[in-house]
Amino acid sequence: MQFGIFTVGDVTTDPTTGRTPSEHERIKAQVEIAKKAEEVGLDVVAVGQHHNPPFVASSPTTTMAYIAAQTERIILSTSTTLITTTDPVRIAEDYGTLQHLTDGRMDLMLGRGNTGPVYPWFGKDIREGINLAVENYALLHRLWREDVVDWQGRFRTPLQSFTATPRPLDGVPPFVWHGSIRSPEVAEQAAYYGDGFFSNHIFWPASHTRQMVALYRRRFEHYGHGTADQAIVGLGGQFFMRRNSQDAVAEFRRYFDNAPVYGHGPSLEDFAAQTPLTVGSPQEVLERTLAFREYVGDYQRQLFLIDHAGLPLKTVLEQLDLLGELLPDLRAGFAEGRPAHVPDAPTHASLVAAAGGPHDTTLHAVDDVTGTTDRDEVSA
Amino acid sequence: MTSLVVVSAGLSNPSSTWLLADRLATATVETFEELDVTYVELRGLAHQLTDRLLTGFPAPELAAAEQAVRKADGLIVVTPVFSASYSGLFKIFFDVLEAGALDGTPVLLAATAGTARHSLVIEHALRPLFAYLHAVAVPTGVFAATSDFAGTDLGSRVLRAAGELAVLMGKTGGSSGAVAERRHVDADLAAATPFEQLLRQAGAPSSARTDLTA
Repeated sequence: MQFGIFTVGDVTTDPTTGRTPSEHERIKAQVEIAKKAEEVGLDVVAVGQHHNPPFVASSPTTTMAYIAAQTERIILSTSTTLITTTDPVRIAEDYGTLQHLTDGRMDLMLGRGNTGPVYPWFGKDIREGINLAVENYALLHRLWREDVVDWQGRFRTPLQSFTATPRPLDGVPPFVWHGSIRSPEVAEQAAYYGDGFFSNHIFWPASHTRQMVALYRRRFEHYGHGTADQAIVGLGGQFFMRRNSQDAVAEFRRYFDNAPVYGHGPSLEDFAAQTPLTVGSPQEVLERTLAFREYVGDYQRQLFLIDHAGLPLKTVLEQLDLLGELLPDLRAGFAEGRPAHVPDAPTHASLVAAAGGPHDTTLHAVDDVTGTTDRDEVSA
Repeated sequence: MTSLVVVSAGLSNPSSTWLLADRLATATVETFEELDVTYVELRGLAHQLTDRLLTGFPAPELAAAEQAVRKADGLIVVTPVFSASYSGLFKIFFDVLEAGALDGTPVLLAATAGTARHSLVIEHALRPLFAYLHAVAVPTGVFAATSDFAGTDLGSRVLRAAGELAVLMGKTGGSSGAVAERRHVDADLAAATPFEQLLRQAGAPSSARTDLTA
Protein backbone atom coordinates (compact mmCIF):
# COMPACT_ATOMS: atom_id res chain seq x y z
CA MET A 1 0.00 0.00 0.00
CA GLN A 2 1.38 3.39 -1.03
CA PHE A 3 0.65 6.63 0.77
CA GLY A 4 1.29 10.07 -0.58
CA ILE A 5 0.06 13.53 -1.30
CA PHE A 6 -1.29 15.22 -4.39
CA THR A 7 -1.61 18.85 -5.31
CA VAL A 8 -3.28 20.92 -8.00
CA GLY A 9 -0.79 23.78 -7.64
CA ASP A 10 -3.27 26.56 -6.89
CA VAL A 11 -2.24 30.07 -5.87
CA THR A 12 -4.86 31.04 -3.32
CA THR A 13 -5.04 33.94 -0.89
CA ASP A 14 -4.74 32.92 2.76
CA PRO A 15 -8.17 34.03 4.03
CA THR A 16 -6.88 34.48 7.57
CA THR A 17 -4.15 36.96 6.63
CA GLY A 18 -5.23 38.24 3.21
CA ARG A 19 -1.79 37.37 1.87
CA THR A 20 -1.41 35.76 -1.56
CA PRO A 21 1.83 33.92 -2.34
CA SER A 22 3.66 34.76 -5.55
CA GLU A 23 3.93 32.18 -8.31
CA HIS A 24 7.62 31.85 -7.48
CA GLU A 25 6.85 31.13 -3.82
CA ARG A 26 4.20 28.60 -4.73
CA ILE A 27 6.38 26.74 -7.23
CA LYS A 28 9.23 26.56 -4.72
CA ALA A 29 6.78 25.53 -1.99
CA GLN A 30 5.78 22.50 -4.07
CA VAL A 31 9.41 21.39 -4.01
CA GLU A 32 9.69 21.95 -0.24
CA ILE A 33 6.48 20.00 0.32
CA ALA A 34 7.72 17.11 -1.83
CA LYS A 35 11.06 16.93 0.00
CA LYS A 36 9.25 16.97 3.32
CA ALA A 37 6.92 14.21 2.09
CA GLU A 38 9.93 11.99 1.45
CA GLU A 39 11.44 12.94 4.81
CA VAL A 40 8.33 11.87 6.75
CA GLY A 41 8.25 8.53 4.92
CA LEU A 42 5.56 8.96 2.26
CA ASP A 43 5.78 6.91 -0.95
CA VAL A 44 4.29 9.20 -3.60
CA VAL A 45 4.03 12.88 -4.43
CA ALA A 46 1.83 13.93 -7.35
CA VAL A 47 1.73 17.33 -9.05
CA GLY A 48 -1.09 18.81 -11.13
CA GLN A 49 -1.39 20.22 -14.62
CA HIS A 50 -3.35 23.37 -15.33
CA HIS A 51 -3.04 26.05 -17.97
CA ASN A 52 -4.82 28.96 -16.39
CA PRO A 53 -4.52 31.21 -13.35
CA PRO A 54 -4.73 30.74 -10.38
CA PHE A 55 -2.61 27.64 -11.02
CA VAL A 56 1.17 27.48 -11.45
CA ALA A 57 1.28 23.83 -12.52
CA SER A 58 1.53 24.15 -16.30
CA SER A 59 4.67 22.04 -16.71
CA PRO A 60 4.47 18.95 -14.49
CA THR A 61 7.48 17.07 -15.87
CA THR A 62 9.75 20.05 -15.21
CA THR A 63 8.65 20.17 -11.58
CA MET A 64 8.85 16.39 -11.24
CA ALA A 65 12.38 16.24 -12.62
CA TYR A 66 13.52 19.00 -10.26
CA ILE A 67 11.99 17.22 -7.27
CA ALA A 68 13.43 13.89 -8.37
CA ALA A 69 16.91 15.40 -8.49
CA GLN A 70 16.59 16.44 -4.85
CA THR A 71 15.02 13.28 -3.48
CA GLU A 72 16.10 9.66 -3.22
CA ARG A 73 13.16 7.42 -2.86
CA ILE A 74 9.73 9.01 -3.30
CA ILE A 75 7.77 8.19 -6.47
CA LEU A 76 6.82 11.17 -8.65
CA SER A 77 3.35 11.14 -10.16
CA THR A 78 0.71 13.54 -11.53
CA SER A 79 -2.73 14.65 -10.49
CA THR A 80 -3.44 14.80 -13.33
CA THR A 81 -1.73 14.76 -16.73
CA LEU A 82 -4.25 16.20 -19.19
CA ILE A 83 -4.75 13.51 -21.81
CA THR A 84 -7.38 15.63 -23.58
CA THR A 85 -5.48 18.81 -24.41
CA THR A 86 -1.89 17.57 -24.34
CA ASP A 87 -0.55 15.96 -27.50
CA PRO A 88 -0.02 12.27 -26.71
CA VAL A 89 3.25 12.41 -28.61
CA ARG A 90 4.50 15.09 -26.20
CA ILE A 91 3.31 13.02 -23.23
CA ALA A 92 5.21 10.00 -24.58
CA GLU A 93 8.38 12.07 -25.01
CA ASP A 94 8.21 14.16 -21.81
CA TYR A 95 7.35 11.33 -19.44
CA GLY A 96 9.59 8.94 -21.37
CA THR A 97 12.52 11.29 -20.71
CA LEU A 98 11.48 11.71 -17.09
CA GLN A 99 11.40 7.93 -16.67
CA HIS A 100 15.08 7.71 -17.68
CA LEU A 101 16.16 10.69 -15.57
CA THR A 102 14.44 9.29 -12.47
CA ASP A 103 15.56 5.69 -13.08
CA GLY A 104 11.92 4.70 -13.25
CA ARG A 105 10.92 6.46 -10.04
CA MET A 106 7.74 7.89 -11.62
CA ASP A 107 4.32 7.10 -12.99
CA LEU A 108 1.45 9.26 -14.19
CA MET A 109 -2.26 9.71 -13.73
CA LEU A 110 -4.32 10.75 -16.72
CA GLY A 111 -7.27 13.09 -16.37
CA ARG A 112 -9.50 15.11 -18.63
CA GLY A 113 -9.53 18.52 -16.95
CA ASN A 114 -12.78 20.31 -16.34
CA THR A 115 -11.97 23.91 -17.21
CA GLY A 116 -13.97 24.80 -20.32
CA PRO A 117 -11.88 27.73 -21.61
CA VAL A 118 -8.65 25.68 -21.60
CA TYR A 119 -9.75 23.28 -24.33
CA PRO A 120 -10.02 25.82 -27.19
CA TRP A 121 -6.61 27.29 -26.29
CA PHE A 122 -5.25 23.90 -27.32
CA GLY A 123 -7.55 23.54 -30.31
CA LYS A 124 -9.91 21.12 -28.59
CA ASP A 125 -13.59 20.99 -27.58
CA ILE A 126 -14.61 20.06 -24.03
CA ARG A 127 -17.69 18.26 -25.35
CA GLU A 128 -15.27 15.76 -26.91
CA GLY A 129 -13.58 15.18 -23.52
CA ILE A 130 -14.24 11.44 -23.31
CA ASN A 131 -13.49 10.83 -26.97
CA LEU A 132 -10.22 12.78 -26.66
CA ALA A 133 -9.21 10.73 -23.62
CA VAL A 134 -10.04 7.47 -25.42
CA GLU A 135 -8.31 8.24 -28.70
CA ASN A 136 -5.27 10.05 -27.27
CA TYR A 137 -4.51 7.31 -24.78
CA ALA A 138 -4.92 4.62 -27.42
CA LEU A 139 -2.12 6.42 -29.31
CA LEU A 140 0.05 6.99 -26.21
CA HIS A 141 -0.28 3.32 -25.32
CA ARG A 142 1.06 2.32 -28.73
CA LEU A 143 3.86 4.93 -28.76
CA TRP A 144 5.34 3.35 -25.64
CA ARG A 145 4.95 -0.21 -26.88
CA GLU A 146 5.64 -0.14 -30.62
CA ASP A 147 8.96 1.12 -31.98
CA VAL A 148 7.46 2.40 -35.22
CA VAL A 149 3.91 3.67 -35.29
CA ASP A 150 1.65 4.39 -38.26
CA TRP A 151 -1.45 6.06 -36.93
CA GLN A 152 -4.47 8.03 -38.02
CA GLY A 153 -7.19 9.46 -35.79
CA ARG A 154 -9.68 12.24 -35.51
CA PHE A 155 -7.97 14.66 -33.14
CA ARG A 156 -4.35 14.95 -34.25
CA THR A 157 -2.36 14.95 -37.44
CA PRO A 158 -1.57 11.42 -38.71
CA LEU A 159 1.75 9.74 -37.99
CA GLN A 160 3.75 7.79 -40.57
CA SER A 161 6.78 5.74 -39.50
CA PHE A 162 7.00 7.63 -36.22
CA THR A 163 9.20 6.57 -33.34
CA ALA A 164 8.73 8.22 -29.96
CA THR A 165 12.10 8.68 -28.31
CA PRO A 166 13.49 7.87 -25.84
CA ARG A 167 12.19 4.31 -25.80
CA PRO A 168 10.92 3.21 -22.35
CA LEU A 169 13.55 2.51 -19.70
CA ASP A 170 14.41 -1.22 -19.51
CA GLY A 171 11.71 -1.81 -22.15
CA VAL A 172 8.94 -1.15 -19.64
CA PRO A 173 6.55 1.81 -20.17
CA PRO A 174 5.65 3.99 -17.15
CA PHE A 175 2.66 2.74 -15.20
CA VAL A 176 -0.51 4.68 -15.93
CA TRP A 177 -3.42 5.48 -13.65
CA HIS A 178 -6.68 6.81 -15.07
CA GLY A 179 -8.24 9.39 -12.79
CA SER A 180 -11.89 10.28 -12.69
CA ILE A 181 -14.45 11.70 -10.30
CA ARG A 182 -17.63 10.63 -12.02
CA SER A 183 -17.20 9.22 -15.53
CA PRO A 184 -17.83 5.46 -15.84
CA GLU A 185 -16.15 5.55 -19.27
CA VAL A 186 -12.79 6.24 -17.59
CA ALA A 187 -13.20 3.28 -15.23
CA GLU A 188 -14.00 1.16 -18.29
CA GLN A 189 -10.90 2.48 -20.08
CA ALA A 190 -8.62 1.69 -17.12
CA ALA A 191 -10.09 -1.81 -16.89
CA TYR A 192 -9.68 -2.47 -20.62
CA TYR A 193 -5.95 -1.78 -20.52
CA GLY A 194 -5.38 -3.32 -17.09
CA ASP A 195 -4.09 0.06 -15.89
CA GLY A 196 -4.70 1.62 -12.48
CA PHE A 197 -7.89 3.47 -11.66
CA PHE A 198 -7.77 6.46 -9.35
CA SER A 199 -11.06 7.65 -7.94
CA ASN A 200 -10.63 11.15 -6.66
CA HIS A 201 -13.51 10.94 -4.27
CA ILE A 202 -12.64 14.06 -2.30
CA PHE A 203 -15.39 16.10 -3.92
CA TRP A 204 -18.08 13.44 -4.21
CA PRO A 205 -19.98 11.14 -1.85
CA ALA A 206 -18.59 7.73 -1.02
CA SER A 207 -21.69 6.06 -2.48
CA HIS A 208 -20.57 7.19 -5.92
CA THR A 209 -16.95 6.13 -5.41
CA ARG A 210 -18.16 2.69 -4.37
CA GLN A 211 -20.01 2.28 -7.69
CA MET A 212 -17.11 3.59 -9.78
CA VAL A 213 -14.56 1.28 -8.18
CA ALA A 214 -16.93 -1.69 -8.33
CA LEU A 215 -17.42 -1.09 -12.06
CA TYR A 216 -13.65 -0.85 -12.63
CA ARG A 217 -12.99 -4.05 -10.66
CA ARG A 218 -15.73 -5.97 -12.48
CA ARG A 219 -14.49 -4.90 -15.90
CA PHE A 220 -10.80 -5.47 -14.99
CA GLU A 221 -11.71 -9.10 -14.39
CA HIS A 222 -13.87 -9.18 -17.54
CA TYR A 223 -10.88 -8.15 -19.66
CA GLY A 224 -8.77 -10.91 -18.17
CA HIS A 225 -6.20 -8.92 -16.17
CA GLY A 226 -6.85 -10.82 -12.93
CA THR A 227 -9.61 -11.16 -10.40
CA ALA A 228 -11.68 -8.13 -9.45
CA ASP A 229 -9.94 -7.78 -6.10
CA GLN A 230 -6.55 -7.67 -7.86
CA ALA A 231 -7.40 -4.53 -9.82
CA ILE A 232 -5.18 -1.52 -9.07
CA VAL A 233 -7.15 1.11 -7.18
CA GLY A 234 -6.12 4.51 -5.89
CA LEU A 235 -8.18 6.94 -3.85
CA GLY A 236 -8.04 10.64 -3.12
CA GLY A 237 -8.45 11.88 0.41
CA GLN A 238 -8.43 15.16 2.24
CA PHE A 239 -7.75 16.03 5.87
CA PHE A 240 -6.76 18.75 8.23
CA MET A 241 -5.25 17.53 11.50
CA ARG A 242 -4.35 18.98 14.84
CA ARG A 243 -3.63 16.96 17.94
CA ASN A 244 -6.86 18.26 19.38
CA SER A 245 -9.98 17.85 17.22
CA GLN A 246 -11.53 21.23 18.16
CA ASP A 247 -8.34 23.06 17.24
CA ALA A 248 -8.38 21.46 13.80
CA VAL A 249 -11.97 22.52 13.14
CA ALA A 250 -11.45 26.06 14.44
CA GLU A 251 -8.31 26.59 12.36
CA PHE A 252 -9.52 24.96 9.13
CA ARG A 253 -13.02 26.45 9.01
CA ARG A 254 -11.93 29.80 7.60
CA TYR A 255 -9.93 28.07 4.88
CA PHE A 256 -12.83 25.77 4.12
CA ASP A 257 -15.43 28.54 4.04
CA ASN A 258 -13.39 30.48 1.48
CA ALA A 259 -11.91 27.59 -0.52
CA PRO A 260 -12.18 28.18 -4.28
CA VAL A 261 -13.81 24.80 -4.94
CA TYR A 262 -16.48 24.45 -2.28
CA GLY A 263 -16.30 27.71 -0.31
CA HIS A 264 -19.49 29.65 0.39
CA GLY A 265 -21.41 26.44 -0.13
CA PRO A 266 -22.12 23.64 2.32
CA SER A 267 -20.99 23.89 5.92
CA LEU A 268 -17.75 22.21 6.95
CA GLU A 269 -19.77 19.69 8.92
CA ASP A 270 -22.11 18.84 6.00
CA PHE A 271 -19.25 18.54 3.52
CA ALA A 272 -17.23 16.38 5.90
CA ALA A 273 -20.25 14.12 6.36
CA GLN A 274 -20.92 13.81 2.63
CA THR A 275 -17.32 13.46 1.37
CA PRO A 276 -14.11 11.89 2.76
CA LEU A 277 -12.90 15.27 4.14
CA THR A 278 -11.78 14.71 7.73
CA VAL A 279 -11.03 17.64 10.01
CA GLY A 280 -9.96 16.52 13.45
CA SER A 281 -7.39 14.61 15.46
CA PRO A 282 -4.88 12.13 14.01
CA GLN A 283 -6.96 9.32 15.48
CA GLU A 284 -10.05 10.52 13.58
CA VAL A 285 -8.09 10.76 10.33
CA LEU A 286 -6.72 7.26 10.90
CA GLU A 287 -10.13 5.73 11.52
CA ARG A 288 -11.82 7.50 8.61
CA THR A 289 -9.04 6.56 6.19
CA LEU A 290 -8.97 2.92 7.23
CA ALA A 291 -12.74 2.80 6.66
CA PHE A 292 -12.33 3.63 2.94
CA ARG A 293 -11.62 -0.09 2.48
CA GLU A 294 -15.18 -0.86 3.52
CA TYR A 295 -16.53 0.49 0.24
CA VAL A 296 -13.70 -0.01 -2.26
CA GLY A 297 -12.00 -3.15 -0.95
CA ASP A 298 -8.26 -3.53 -0.33
CA TYR A 299 -6.52 -1.01 -2.55
CA GLN A 300 -3.06 0.14 -3.59
CA ARG A 301 -2.60 3.89 -3.31
CA GLN A 302 -3.94 6.55 -0.99
CA LEU A 303 -3.16 10.18 -1.84
CA PHE A 304 -4.16 13.17 0.29
CA LEU A 305 -4.76 16.75 -0.74
CA ILE A 306 -3.19 18.98 1.91
CA ASP A 307 -1.76 22.12 0.27
CA HIS A 308 -4.71 24.07 -1.06
CA ALA A 309 -7.22 26.78 -0.14
CA GLY A 310 -4.46 29.22 0.80
CA LEU A 311 -2.96 27.17 3.64
CA PRO A 312 0.53 28.60 4.31
CA LEU A 313 3.59 26.45 3.66
CA LYS A 314 4.38 26.26 7.38
CA THR A 315 0.96 24.75 8.11
CA VAL A 316 1.28 22.28 5.23
CA LEU A 317 4.65 21.11 6.53
CA GLU A 318 3.11 20.66 10.00
CA GLN A 319 0.38 18.55 8.42
CA LEU A 320 3.08 16.40 6.84
CA ASP A 321 4.77 15.93 10.22
CA LEU A 322 1.49 14.72 11.68
CA LEU A 323 0.87 12.45 8.70
CA GLY A 324 4.35 11.02 9.10
CA GLU A 325 3.62 10.17 12.73
CA LEU A 326 0.39 8.50 11.65
CA LEU A 327 2.02 6.51 8.86
CA PRO A 328 3.03 3.41 10.86
CA ASP A 329 -0.55 3.04 12.12
CA LEU A 330 -1.94 3.56 8.62
CA ARG A 331 0.40 0.93 7.18
CA ALA A 332 -0.37 -1.53 9.95
CA GLY A 333 -4.11 -0.92 9.69
CA PHE A 334 -4.21 -1.46 5.93
CA ALA A 335 -1.99 -4.56 6.18
CA GLU A 336 -4.41 -6.13 8.63
CA GLY A 337 -6.56 -8.76 6.95
CA ARG A 338 -5.20 -7.94 3.48
CA PRO A 339 -5.29 -11.11 1.37
CA ALA A 340 -1.94 -12.26 -0.02
CA HIS A 341 -3.22 -12.30 -3.61
CA VAL A 342 -4.02 -8.56 -3.57
CA PRO A 343 -1.01 -6.98 -5.31
CA ASP A 344 0.84 -3.80 -4.35
CA ALA A 345 0.81 -0.86 -6.72
CA PRO A 346 3.14 -1.56 -9.65
CA THR A 347 6.56 0.12 -9.52
CA HIS A 348 9.25 0.23 -12.16
CA ALA A 349 11.09 -2.60 -10.40
CA SER A 350 8.00 -4.81 -10.21
CA LEU A 351 7.12 -4.15 -13.85
CA VAL A 352 10.66 -4.98 -14.97
CA ALA A 353 10.56 -8.19 -12.94
CA ALA A 354 7.19 -9.10 -14.46
CA ALA A 355 8.65 -8.54 -17.94
CA GLY A 356 11.41 -11.04 -17.22
CA GLY A 357 14.15 -8.51 -16.57
CA PRO A 358 15.37 -5.30 -18.18
CA HIS A 359 15.68 -4.97 -21.95
CA ASP A 360 17.45 -2.14 -23.70
CA THR A 361 15.05 -1.04 -26.41
CA THR A 362 17.12 1.81 -27.82
CA LEU A 363 16.46 2.18 -31.52
CA HIS A 364 19.70 2.78 -33.42
CA ALA A 365 19.06 4.79 -36.56
CA VAL A 366 20.33 3.52 -39.90
CA ASP A 367 22.87 5.85 -41.51
CA ASP A 368 21.35 6.61 -44.90
CA VAL A 369 24.77 7.01 -46.53
CA THR A 370 26.64 3.96 -45.32
CA GLY A 371 23.68 1.77 -44.44
CA THR A 372 25.26 1.05 -41.05
CA THR A 373 24.01 1.88 -37.60
CA ASP A 374 25.88 3.43 -34.71
CA ARG A 375 25.85 0.05 -33.07
CA ASP A 376 27.59 -1.56 -36.07
CA GLU A 377 30.33 1.05 -35.88
CA VAL A 378 30.82 0.55 -32.19
CA SER A 379 31.07 -3.18 -32.55
CA ALA A 380 33.21 -2.99 -35.74
CA MET B 1 -47.01 1.43 -9.94
CA THR B 2 -47.32 4.63 -11.93
CA SER B 3 -45.47 7.44 -10.20
CA LEU B 4 -46.24 11.13 -10.09
CA VAL B 5 -43.83 13.74 -8.71
CA VAL B 6 -45.06 17.19 -7.73
CA VAL B 7 -42.41 19.93 -7.73
CA SER B 8 -43.43 23.13 -6.00
CA ALA B 9 -41.29 26.26 -5.68
CA GLY B 10 -43.55 28.20 -3.33
CA LEU B 11 -41.72 30.08 -0.60
CA SER B 12 -44.26 31.18 1.98
CA ASN B 13 -46.32 29.08 4.32
CA PRO B 14 -49.12 28.67 3.47
CA SER B 15 -48.21 29.17 -0.15
CA SER B 16 -50.69 29.62 -3.00
CA THR B 17 -48.17 27.81 -5.22
CA TRP B 18 -48.31 24.82 -2.92
CA LEU B 19 -52.12 24.98 -2.78
CA LEU B 20 -52.32 24.90 -6.57
CA ALA B 21 -49.82 22.03 -6.72
CA ASP B 22 -51.87 20.06 -4.24
CA ARG B 23 -55.14 20.65 -6.15
CA LEU B 24 -53.52 19.50 -9.40
CA ALA B 25 -52.05 16.41 -7.71
CA THR B 26 -55.37 15.49 -6.09
CA ALA B 27 -57.20 15.84 -9.39
CA THR B 28 -54.62 13.62 -11.12
CA VAL B 29 -54.73 11.00 -8.38
CA GLU B 30 -58.49 10.70 -8.78
CA THR B 31 -58.16 9.58 -12.39
CA PHE B 32 -55.82 6.69 -11.51
CA GLU B 33 -56.72 3.60 -9.55
CA GLU B 34 -53.27 3.47 -8.04
CA LEU B 35 -50.76 6.29 -8.15
CA ASP B 36 -47.55 6.77 -6.18
CA VAL B 37 -47.20 10.50 -5.44
CA THR B 38 -43.99 12.17 -4.26
CA TYR B 39 -43.96 15.82 -3.24
CA VAL B 40 -40.79 17.84 -3.77
CA GLU B 41 -40.93 21.21 -2.03
CA LEU B 42 -37.96 23.21 -3.22
CA ARG B 43 -38.03 25.62 -0.27
CA GLY B 44 -36.64 22.89 1.99
CA LEU B 45 -33.94 22.11 -0.59
CA ALA B 46 -32.86 25.71 -1.20
CA HIS B 47 -29.53 25.44 0.63
CA GLN B 48 -28.77 22.06 -0.87
CA LEU B 49 -29.50 23.42 -4.35
CA THR B 50 -26.97 26.21 -3.86
CA ASP B 51 -24.46 23.71 -2.46
CA ARG B 52 -25.12 21.52 -5.49
CA LEU B 53 -24.16 24.37 -7.80
CA LEU B 54 -20.91 24.88 -5.89
CA THR B 55 -19.84 21.30 -5.15
CA GLY B 56 -21.31 19.47 -8.15
CA PHE B 57 -22.93 16.70 -6.14
CA PRO B 58 -26.30 16.56 -4.39
CA ALA B 59 -26.74 16.25 -0.64
CA PRO B 60 -28.90 13.23 0.35
CA GLU B 61 -32.37 14.85 0.33
CA LEU B 62 -31.73 16.60 -2.97
CA ALA B 63 -30.32 13.38 -4.46
CA ALA B 64 -33.54 11.62 -3.51
CA ALA B 65 -35.62 14.39 -5.12
CA GLU B 66 -33.58 14.26 -8.33
CA GLN B 67 -33.91 10.50 -8.43
CA ALA B 68 -37.67 10.67 -7.92
CA VAL B 69 -38.04 13.16 -10.77
CA ARG B 70 -35.84 11.10 -13.07
CA LYS B 71 -37.90 7.96 -12.46
CA ALA B 72 -41.31 9.67 -12.54
CA ASP B 73 -43.95 8.68 -15.08
CA GLY B 74 -45.34 12.19 -14.85
CA LEU B 75 -44.59 15.55 -13.27
CA ILE B 76 -46.55 18.49 -11.98
CA VAL B 77 -44.38 21.59 -11.69
CA VAL B 78 -45.59 24.79 -10.09
CA THR B 79 -43.66 28.05 -9.68
CA PRO B 80 -44.53 31.48 -8.42
CA VAL B 81 -43.92 34.25 -10.94
CA PHE B 82 -40.88 36.32 -10.01
CA SER B 83 -39.85 39.22 -12.26
CA ALA B 84 -42.05 38.04 -15.14
CA SER B 85 -40.75 34.45 -15.14
CA TYR B 86 -40.27 31.29 -13.10
CA SER B 87 -38.43 31.84 -9.83
CA GLY B 88 -34.68 31.38 -9.55
CA LEU B 89 -35.11 28.54 -7.10
CA PHE B 90 -37.39 26.71 -9.55
CA LYS B 91 -34.85 27.14 -12.33
CA ILE B 92 -31.90 25.91 -10.27
CA PHE B 93 -33.65 22.59 -9.66
CA PHE B 94 -34.05 22.00 -13.38
CA ASP B 95 -30.53 23.32 -14.03
CA VAL B 96 -28.89 20.67 -11.88
CA LEU B 97 -30.89 17.67 -13.14
CA GLU B 98 -28.74 15.32 -15.19
CA ALA B 99 -29.12 15.88 -18.95
CA GLY B 100 -31.92 13.76 -20.33
CA ALA B 101 -33.63 13.28 -16.98
CA LEU B 102 -36.97 14.51 -18.37
CA ASP B 103 -36.74 13.01 -21.86
CA GLY B 104 -40.30 12.14 -22.86
CA THR B 105 -41.75 12.74 -19.41
CA PRO B 106 -45.28 14.22 -19.38
CA VAL B 107 -45.28 17.49 -17.42
CA LEU B 108 -48.17 19.61 -16.27
CA LEU B 109 -47.02 23.26 -16.14
CA ALA B 110 -48.53 25.60 -13.58
CA ALA B 111 -47.77 29.01 -12.09
CA THR B 112 -49.13 31.47 -9.57
CA ALA B 113 -48.85 35.25 -9.43
CA GLY B 114 -50.30 38.24 -7.65
CA THR B 115 -51.86 39.58 -10.81
CA ALA B 116 -53.54 38.16 -13.91
CA ARG B 117 -51.27 40.31 -16.07
CA HIS B 118 -48.67 37.47 -15.81
CA SER B 119 -51.08 34.92 -17.20
CA LEU B 120 -48.99 34.09 -20.31
CA VAL B 121 -45.94 33.19 -18.22
CA ILE B 122 -46.52 29.49 -18.81
CA GLU B 123 -46.39 30.01 -22.57
CA HIS B 124 -43.43 32.39 -22.77
CA ALA B 125 -41.26 31.06 -19.91
CA LEU B 126 -42.14 27.53 -18.77
CA ARG B 127 -43.01 25.95 -22.12
CA PRO B 128 -39.66 26.84 -23.78
CA LEU B 129 -37.76 25.53 -20.75
CA PHE B 130 -39.54 22.18 -20.80
CA ALA B 131 -39.32 21.97 -24.60
CA TYR B 132 -35.54 22.29 -24.18
CA LEU B 133 -35.59 19.55 -21.56
CA HIS B 134 -37.40 17.25 -24.03
CA ALA B 135 -40.36 16.86 -21.69
CA VAL B 136 -43.87 16.43 -23.07
CA ALA B 137 -45.77 19.46 -21.80
CA VAL B 138 -49.50 19.06 -21.20
CA PRO B 139 -51.46 21.31 -23.62
CA THR B 140 -53.36 23.04 -20.84
CA GLY B 141 -51.17 24.96 -18.42
CA VAL B 142 -52.76 26.24 -15.24
CA PHE B 143 -52.08 29.80 -14.24
CA ALA B 144 -53.66 31.12 -11.05
CA ALA B 145 -53.56 34.76 -10.01
CA THR B 146 -54.54 35.68 -6.46
CA SER B 147 -58.00 36.58 -7.73
CA ASP B 148 -58.48 33.10 -9.26
CA PHE B 149 -58.49 31.58 -5.79
CA ALA B 150 -61.58 33.66 -5.11
CA GLY B 151 -63.15 32.85 -8.50
CA THR B 152 -65.17 29.88 -9.76
CA ASP B 153 -63.40 28.54 -12.86
CA LEU B 154 -59.97 27.47 -11.48
CA GLY B 155 -61.41 24.07 -10.55
CA SER B 156 -62.47 23.30 -14.12
CA ARG B 157 -59.05 24.25 -15.50
CA VAL B 158 -57.37 22.07 -12.89
CA LEU B 159 -59.54 19.11 -13.85
CA ARG B 160 -58.92 19.60 -17.54
CA ALA B 161 -55.13 19.85 -17.14
CA ALA B 162 -55.01 16.88 -14.74
CA GLY B 163 -57.05 14.83 -17.20
CA GLU B 164 -54.64 15.65 -20.01
CA LEU B 165 -51.69 14.70 -17.82
CA ALA B 166 -53.31 11.41 -16.89
CA VAL B 167 -53.86 10.55 -20.54
CA LEU B 168 -50.24 11.28 -21.38
CA MET B 169 -49.01 9.26 -18.41
CA GLY B 170 -51.20 6.37 -19.46
CA LYS B 171 -49.89 6.51 -22.99
CA THR B 172 -46.20 6.73 -22.18
CA GLY B 173 -46.12 4.91 -18.87
CA GLY B 174 -44.75 1.40 -18.62
CA SER B 175 -42.74 -0.05 -21.45
CA SER B 176 -44.20 1.70 -24.46
CA GLY B 177 -40.77 1.92 -26.06
CA ALA B 178 -41.89 5.08 -27.86
CA VAL B 179 -39.25 7.18 -26.13
CA ALA B 180 -35.55 6.74 -26.85
CA GLU B 181 -33.75 6.27 -23.55
CA ARG B 182 -30.71 8.39 -22.94
CA ARG B 183 -27.88 6.64 -21.17
CA HIS B 184 -27.39 7.87 -17.62
CA VAL B 185 -24.34 7.59 -15.38
CA ASP B 186 -26.27 5.08 -13.28
CA ALA B 187 -26.86 2.91 -16.33
CA ASP B 188 -23.18 2.99 -17.21
CA LEU B 189 -22.27 2.10 -13.65
CA ALA B 190 -24.61 -0.88 -13.77
CA ALA B 191 -23.39 -2.10 -17.15
CA ALA B 192 -20.45 -0.33 -18.72
CA THR B 193 -20.43 0.67 -22.35
CA PRO B 194 -17.87 -1.80 -23.73
CA PHE B 195 -14.54 -0.13 -24.43
CA GLU B 196 -14.53 -1.26 -28.07
CA GLN B 197 -17.70 0.77 -28.51
CA LEU B 198 -16.13 3.81 -26.78
CA LEU B 199 -13.19 3.47 -29.12
CA ARG B 200 -15.48 3.31 -32.18
CA GLN B 201 -17.43 6.34 -31.00
CA ALA B 202 -14.24 8.31 -30.35
CA GLY B 203 -13.05 7.76 -33.88
CA ALA B 204 -16.34 8.33 -35.67
CA PRO B 205 -17.21 11.76 -37.11
CA SER B 206 -19.70 13.73 -35.00
CA SER B 207 -22.57 13.24 -37.46
CA ALA B 208 -22.33 9.46 -37.18
CA ARG B 209 -22.24 9.43 -33.40
CA THR B 210 -25.14 9.54 -31.04
CA ASP B 211 -25.42 9.97 -27.33
CA LEU B 212 -28.85 8.38 -27.42
CA THR B 213 -27.77 4.78 -27.25
CA ALA B 214 -30.75 2.66 -26.37
